[in-house]
Amino acid sequence: MNYTFEWDVVLSGEYAEWLYEGFVTTLQISAVSLLFAMLLGTLICVMRMTPFRPLQWFALAFTEFFRNTPLMVQVLFWYFGAYLVVPEGIMTWLNELYLFVPGPFTLFGHEFVGEWLLLNVEFFSGVIALTVYTSAFIAEEIRAGIFSIPKTQLESSRAVGLSFMQAYRFVILPQALRIVVPPLISQSLNLIKNSSLCMVIGVSELTFMARQVESYSFRGFEAFTVATIVYLCISLVVSLCINMYNKHFMLQVKY
Amino acid sequence: MHWEVVWDNFDYFLWGATKFDGTFPFIHDVGGLLASIILAVLGIFFAFWIGMAFGLMRLSKKRWLKLPSIIYVETIRGVPLLMLIFWFYFLAPIMLGHNIPGFYSSLIAFIIFTGAYIAEIVRAGVMALPSGQLEAARGSGLSQTQAMMFVILPQALRNMIPSFVNQFVSLTKDTSLAYVIGVNELTRTAVQVDNREMNASAEIYITIAVLYFIICYVLTSTSRRMEKQLSRYQARDR
Repeated sequence: MNYTFEWDVVLSGEYAEWLYEGFVTTLQISAVSLLFAMLLGTLICVMRMTPFRPLQWFALAFTEFFRNTPLMVQVLFWYFGAYLVVPEGIMTWLNELYLFVPGPFTLFGHEFVGEWLLLNVEFFSGVIALTVYTSAFIAEEIRAGIFSIPKTQLESSRAVGLSFMQAYRFVILPQALRIVVPPLISQSLNLIKNSSLCMVIGVSELTFMARQVESYSFRGFEAFTVATIVYLCISLVVSLCINMYNKHFMLQVKY
Repeated sequence: MHWEVVWDNFDYFLWGATKFDGTFPFIHDVGGLLASIILAVLGIFFAFWIGMAFGLMRLSKKRWLKLPSIIYVETIRGVPLLMLIFWFYFLAPIMLGHNIPGFYSSLIAFIIFTGAYIAEIVRAGVMALPSGQLEAARGSGLSQTQAMMFVILPQALRNMIPSFVNQFVSLTKDTSLAYVIGVNELTRTAVQVDNREMNASAEIYITIAVLYFIICYVLTSTSRRMEKQLSRYQARDR
């Protein structure tokens, strides 16, 4: 193996800036998708548990379909094939949509001046794909958590005189959350890792930027090492979060 | 709607430009769904042995066995698969001095990646058995290795089958990532046809999503059924 490493090429100047921008974009797309995925996932889970059959079937079909198809295909579909499910008027509107980015302030070394910017369609389709894919998993995690609470808990709290909502609020959810939260945190880590797939439609996140640095400078090893270490640090932080959560909230079973 | 585009290229989606002849390995230019399946099957086969080795190493009490396994599993699980695929894609020419086809470098990435997950499955499967099993086996005079081979692993492996199937499903889905380095598997055939025809993107992507879905859904529901059946015969703590 004859390869001389030149770390200063990627750790300074324009290339370092690109990688940093990629890192910020990764965080942005993950944060936005995570927010929506949590909302949609909860909604799907609630639909799955309502006593109304068609809603149940819809939720079941949704989770099964999106869990059993590759994210790559979903990303490509939402970018290239969305015209089938989104009416043409909305597509044109989205393509010409200007969003107001507030300012002036500085975040992550990024200067926001307060201006109207054209909607980034790649980013938008990436968010939709990640949201839909992750929400299917989140819905399943939440459902598994709630189902793992014995039915007698609900029945006895109803018998004690709590209303249905109160029973969930004070008895079921506090217990279910303890089981649900750790897998949800690891789902969000998966989401961050999965956001790397958005590079195929041109979202300039970390993997895309590492690739770009590689093709501009032929310094693939250095660029990919930096990106890998960044991903590793993210996953380290997330697993620390899980451990801390478990330490604080896990049931201490004593015999 | 242009479903005829999908219909005209359906055979290309299924097996791409695959050719058979008498020279080793008898099958050339694998493509389409066939390539995805071959990648997934080879990947899970080799990953099984790697995962088995690292999973058992992690269960060992000796630190020099445990540490490499922890580092391997945690590193691979913290990195996106796409990153690994790029790593092996760029690493291979420098390590070997010549290019290797994307098919092989992506296969290596899949093996290494899935191996880490299987190691976790193996570890969880062995730890899920009641500790009385190992103690009884050791107590009746078997050595640690014998107890593992004849008592623990036969039970643990049987209980792990559903998890292996699930891992196979997610590997099948993940083979679509090989598209980015130009392996001619199902997703890439779809992108090729889409780029050529330009007017049927949604139809094409829905079709291949359904193809993936059929395979994955059948396997997932099998694994769910197996899980129910197997849990009946599991050794439990009493």
